[in-house]
Amino acid sequence: MNLIDIVEKSQLKQGIPDFGPGDNVRVHVKVIEGGRERTQVFDGIVLGRKGRGATETFTVRKLSSGIGVERTFPVHSPNIEKIEVIREGRVRRAKLYYLRERVGKAARVREKRREEQG
Amino acid sequence: MAKGILGRKVGMTRIFDENGAAVPVTAIEAGPCVVVQKKLREKDGYNAIQLGFGSKPEHKVTKPVRGHFRRAGVSPVRFLREIRVDDPDKYELGQTVNVDIFQEGEFVDVTGRTIGKGFSGVVKRWNFQRGPMSHGSMYHRRVGSLGATDPQRVFKGRKLPGRLGAERVTIKRLKVMKVDPDKNLILVKGSVPGTRGSLLTIKESAKKG
Repeated sequence: MNLIDIVEKSQLKQGIPDFGPGDNVRVHVKVIEGGRERTQVFDGIVLGRKGRGATETFTVRKLSSGIGVERTFPVHSPNIEKIEVIREGRVRRAKLYYLRERVGKAARVREKRREEQG
Repeated sequence: MAKGILGRKVGMTRIFDENGAAVPVTAIEAGPCVVVQKKLREKDGYNAIQLGFGSKPEHKVTKPVRGHFRRAGVSPVRFLREIRVDDPDKYELGQTVNVDIFQEGEFVDVTGRTIGKGFSGVVKRWNFQRGPMSHGSMYHRRVGSLGATDPQRVFKGRKLPGRLGAERVTIKRLKVMKVDPDKNLILVKGSVPGTRGSLLTIKESAKKG
């Protein structure tokens, strides 16, 4: 095991659900506002995951009052309380950047069918 | 400056601090080092200790250098570097120096050799602006004017293309984020010079506060 992995191991979180591009997720984020901590929920579609180990991040896109909003979270951030996978999407590429140019019907992602899940 | 250690750059990653913010860190495998020689003001004109790091097979060491190691009673090491200290009496020949001389939250200066960039042009080497790349421009990344015509020569120090990188650089005041004496690891905030695996000298920061 190389030394970087040893350093990163202590940073990695356990129990992160298996999710990937095309999935609809609900991310519970801790926010500190004026000394008070509360949880904010951000839900949308995962555009992709990037990096590996402690530096891995994922991007979630949603439409907020008609305007596209994207947030990138570190997968192992302690500020992320929970990641819920709401719907698994069937996609054929790792990064769904093409969704940015599409709205409405064109921006749909097919759902993964039961049989395909292993 | 009172303490220092030699190490090998392992690489960069990030860790999360107590607020959950991601902090970029460089991991350095530092020590164990041995004190090979002591330089004393009375004898050498300044106070310093010579530290050794890494190992080297006995047969690869020349006879005179072998004697240098024998005097300290240590087995041959790959790297030798001096560290200026105020009180060399605190150290003994053959003594081991470990990463635990540094604590979390301390500030250190890290010295290393930067990655060599070879023969580079002025845009990369001196951050000159480049010319337009299109619209019929034939002036892309050139040097530009070398100065006035009147002196009939180019003044010394003019910024021109040449060798870039592979120089000794010290990054000052890097915060120590974590120390792991069991694995001889130290994590400092931010980047340090050199490639992975290159030799680094870590010293207590000269700047105060």
